[in-house]
Amino acid sequence: MTSYRLHLLYFAWLRERIGRGEEEIEVPGEIATLGALSAWLAARGPGYASAFAAGKAVRAAVNQSFAGPEAALGPGDEVAFFPPVTGG
Amino acid sequence: MFRVSVQEAPFDIGAEFASLSAGRDDIGGIGCFVGTVRGEVDGRPLAAMTLEHYPAMTERALAAIAAEAEARWALLGGTVIHRFGRLAPGAPIVLVLAAARHREAALAATGFLIDWLKTKAPFWKKESFADGGEAWVEAKAADEAASARWGDEPPRCV
Repeated sequence: MTSYRLHLLYFAWLRERIGRGEEEIEVPGEIATLGALSAWLAARGPGYASAFAAGKAVRAAVNQSFAGPEAALGPGDEVAFFPPVTGG
Repeated sequence: MFRVSVQEAPFDIGAEFASLSAGRDDIGGIGCFVGTVRGEVDGRPLAAMTLEHYPAMTERALAAIAAEAEARWALLGGTVIHRFGRLAPGAPIVLVLAAARHREAALAATGFLIDWLKTKAPFWKKESFADGGEAWVEAKAADEAASARWGDEPPRCV
């Protein structure tokens, strides 16, 4: 499988730990789901490892809709990672 | 129809009420909830609360929650306004108005909207304390329980 591009967004303490709010990233083709992507990102460096550390409640949206770990990803998708929401 | 707005500026509750009810004589009641910034957290004085959000998703998420309220109750209109940015203690954060022929629907829809908004709208609060400390607000189990009583399935971890 060929690699593909994703637009990634990070919010709240994930943004602070990773050190940026968004990035374009080239992802290996075998990373086909949200769960696989978060595990792959966690191995990219200490900031990512801290943001995606086991036990931290990280949630996500694909193309602006909440999604679970089995959600399929494809070229050009916008994927956002964030803590549980605290508005209201 | 609901008016949905995500904005940094304060809102005018009187103006929103007037706009929702203007020219209408079919409305029998309007439910209202206003969320405001508390000035302390467990006795620790707060200097400000900063709300971050996901601009591309926020308005859409609020509109979806409003649409769900309209599907569940016979509403005659409503308003959801949520602010972002740095807010001082006492400042209003969120306004929910729901209009109906009778109070049951107006009050229930108002409760539903604020409960679902707390677990489904992409906002994150950061507390800045008077002593210089900062902390991201953690999601509360009580908020998820309040949302779940309306038949919610909260977003899952990845």
